[in-house]
Amino acid sequence: MIIQYENVIIKTICRLMIPFLQLYAIYVLMHGHYSPGGGFQGGVMMGASFILLVIAYGLEEARRRISLKSLTIFACLGLFIYSGIGAFALLMGGNFLDYGKLPLPISSVPTIRAMGILGIEIGVFFGVMAIMICIFLAIASYDTGGEND
Amino acid sequence: MKIFAFLVALLTGGLLIYGIKDMPKWGDPHSPASLHVSPRYIEKTIEETHTWDMVTSVLADYRGYDTLGETTVIFSAGIACLLLLRRDN
Repeated sequence: MIIQYENVIIKTICRLMIPFLQLYAIYVLMHGHYSPGGGFQGGVMMGASFILLVIAYGLEEARRRISLKSLTIFACLGLFIYSGIGAFALLMGGNFLDYGKLPLPISSVPTIRAMGILGIEIGVFFGVMAIMICIFLAIASYDTGGEND
Repeated sequence: MKIFAFLVALLTGGLLIYGIKDMPKWGDPHSPASLHVSPRYIEKTIEETHTWDMVTSVLADYRGYDTLGETTVIFSAGIACLLLLRRDN
């Protein structure tokens, strides 16, 4: 069981670090086209920032901010974005996950493909983030009798 | 019955190890994958996908179906954890 720490140092450091961690996670996600990074890495960082919140402020505080139900919705949404983009390309006359056929208002096909890659990376980001926090919360709240949301 | 299962496992393992012999050597520059597939990705990545990071373009575009499978694996792992550990009371 994770209870709230009464430690000023841990709390202050976490309060300072978490926003920058989340900003950096989004940077890693958006910059995946130009440098190492992408949906998986960014999603794990975003999940880690919430796990840091749970460690520093306790389960109750974390539950007030994010519930298992909304996390499950986020996980499903991530997979839906991914397979939805694939199926949409199928509808527009291409192959499954053939981003070149997506109807975006951009004239050059390679740029449309880059946008398609960004779209599925965002899907992966949501899925990985939500699943990371889900697994952590499910394990952490196991012997407190589960979550009541 | 247990001995039979053991023999089947042993036979399958033996067949798989026998199959390794025909695989190209690790990192062999003359294997079909190194001769045709990798140069194609390296040369055409920017031209076709406008993505400077080759890893991203291979992961999300050329091998997009594989990544969809990976995401599904992570998703099912999380859902299985929730189903096993979550207690509604």
